[in-house]
Amino acid sequence: MSFLEIDNLEKSFGATKILKGVSLEIEEGGFLVLVGPSGCGKSTLLNTIAGLEPITGGEIRIAGRRVNDLHPSKRDIAMVFQSYALYPNMTVGQNIAFGMEIRGVPKAERDKAIANVAGLLQIGHLLDRKPSQLSGGQRQRVAMGRALVRNPQVFLFDEPLSNLDAKLRIDMRTEIKRLHQRMKTTIVYVTHDQIEAMTLATKIAVLKDGILQQFGTPAEIYNNPVNMFVADFMGSPAMNLVPATIGANGNGLSIDLDRGNGAPISLPLAGAPASLAAYQGKKVVFGIRPEALTDPDGADRNASALASADCHIEVVEPAGSDTFAVTNLGGKGVVARLRADANIQAGTTAPLAFNLSKAVFFDPATEARIG
Amino acid sequence: MSAVSQDNAARSGTLARAVIYTVLILFAVYYLLPLYVMLVNSLKPLNEIREGNMMALPREWTIAPWLSAWSTAQIGVSPTGLRPYFLNSVLMVVPAVALSTILGALNGYVLTKWRFRGDNIVFGMMLLACFIPFQIVLIPSARILGLTGLAGTITGLVLIHAIYGLGFTTLFFRNYYEAFPTELVRAAQIDGASFFQIFRRILLPSSGPIIVVTVIWQFTNIWNDFLFGSSFSSFDSIPITVALNNLVNSSTGVKEYNVHFAGAILAALPTLVVYIVSGRYFVRGLMAGAVKG
Repeated sequence: MSFLEIDNLEKSFGATKILKGVSLEIEEGGFLVLVGPSGCGKSTLLNTIAGLEPITGGEIRIAGRRVNDLHPSKRDIAMVFQSYALYPNMTVGQNIAFGMEIRGVPKAERDKAIANVAGLLQIGHLLDRKPSQLSGGQRQRVAMGRALVRNPQVFLFDEPLSNLDAKLRIDMRTEIKRLHQRMKTTIVYVTHDQIEAMTLATKIAVLKDGILQQFGTPAEIYNNPVNMFVADFMGSPAMNLVPATIGANGNGLSIDLDRGNGAPISLPLAGAPASLAAYQGKKVVFGIRPEALTDPDGADRNASALASADCHIEVVEPAGSDTFAVTNLGGKGVVARLRADANIQAGTTAPLAFNLSKAVFFDPATEARIG
Repeated sequence: MSAVSQDNAARSGTLARAVIYTVLILFAVYYLLPLYVMLVNSLKPLNEIREGNMMALPREWTIAPWLSAWSTAQIGVSPTGLRPYFLNSVLMVVPAVALSTILGALNGYVLTKWRFRGDNIVFGMMLLACFIPFQIVLIPSARILGLTGLAGTITGLVLIHAIYGLGFTTLFFRNYYEAFPTELVRAAQIDGASFFQIFRRILLPSSGPIIVVTVIWQFTNIWNDFLFGSSFSSFDSIPITVALNNLVNSSTGVKEYNVHFAGAILAALPTLVVYIVSGRYFVRGLMAGAVKG
């Protein structure tokens, strides 16, 4: 049985529906990341789990217990806020112990718990300072300490890293992951950063406009996006989504891509989903990630369906570890990811290898995945 | 080239500064003049005032008018000086200020952090209280004081002033708490703090500037009030403003202008002290409340 279950959750503010029937579940010790663009309802969803916002419909269960109508402090959760929400008038130690103080835990026990958490997060030397005397990273640690000390059943993180600078953000990301591996407590984590989602999650839920788009492991979300929104949102650089036509190639199908000037590229589709046959002669959206579109030498040798075609290279962007090349297919700029030392010049024509076993197809009208 | 223009800029800057200071000093003198006249004449014997030179310094310095105004001057029918009425004002102002400040803070807390349907309408109606002139509420107030049996008592005056001030104090605290991060309240909720625990432990410790503003505002208004004081007080609950009027208007014997001046300064002294002690916080808090609201 799942540990945290969210069943057909609905939330409205007046006539505006924020969450439209979201169902999710995560096993004990799992790391669930809610991801989506701003305004998609992910923070609202987290707040309803915390009990800070009442829900309009559906049910939330933690460890089999229905918590819909429980006060936030009774749900056995702890939350780390985006702004950290440290009490400005209290020292770090008082901040961490405030919840225990309210519950009437004796001073000696509180001090022990503070020392314990401070050791875990290496903030022992900060305990007597006020939040205003701390750096962003230190505040972040204190905020986590305040959550850790409760030893809750579920941790809730609301975009905890978005106020940190880029380098610190990556350090803290690793630290959160390490902490999760050590504590093995269930975590629900909200972010708009798809890299955070990919690196941290055991399960990702992609939300848009209050509707759950896809729910699955990071690999499922990345490799098998159910629609164009998920395909486009996850991954950096984003997946290339190219208008294309399905054609015939002997007994099988082919995908025809317009190259602007010159004849269209026609790539044979071996092992394409059967449902694609119905689209023969029709328009589809051809989705291919930059890393599946490479120079022939850099192509994945284990790929079951490789095809090569000459493409006109418009722009070359060396990024150190890789070189990105932009070509034009189907009237859109398409990014290919080449080896760092690939010999390629802008303005020339070069062969590119398409790893078609990684390609996905979408219906241009419904934006849903084909097959 | 640039050196020359810099020199010009510096010189015209000095000139502008000189003009600004001259104007400021002139205005300062102009505004301080009444205080000077009051102070100087309160330290003169009466016959020096009768000579007609209000601006002159005393030839013979005396604090007798001050002592008289404080403890022996004729107020209405009794020669008590202003002392008992000063005490009345203190007994009226302190609870009224405390009550309206605490209730205003609670209102601001609820209106920003515990929003409910129609909260803005409630706030709008409380704001209206800031625009209602004193005179309009005189008769309803008198009726309510009569019904509650508080007419003519200091408690009654405290009640009227606290209620009348509530609109202002709510406005101050609401605007201040509007800028107060709601996430702190939510964090405290998750920590299990109750409605009043959040208020007392989280919000109040951060409310210093706005409390100072509210206290100064309420103190000044209530201490200086004349209309409610003269309408709703009886013989033993007269506040100092009304007593000062009685002192000046008592028509037995000669008009002791020096005593009147001393009395007026005595009546104004507490508000002056409050401003001097906390004026700097006043401006700071007023800005914090106003700009972020």
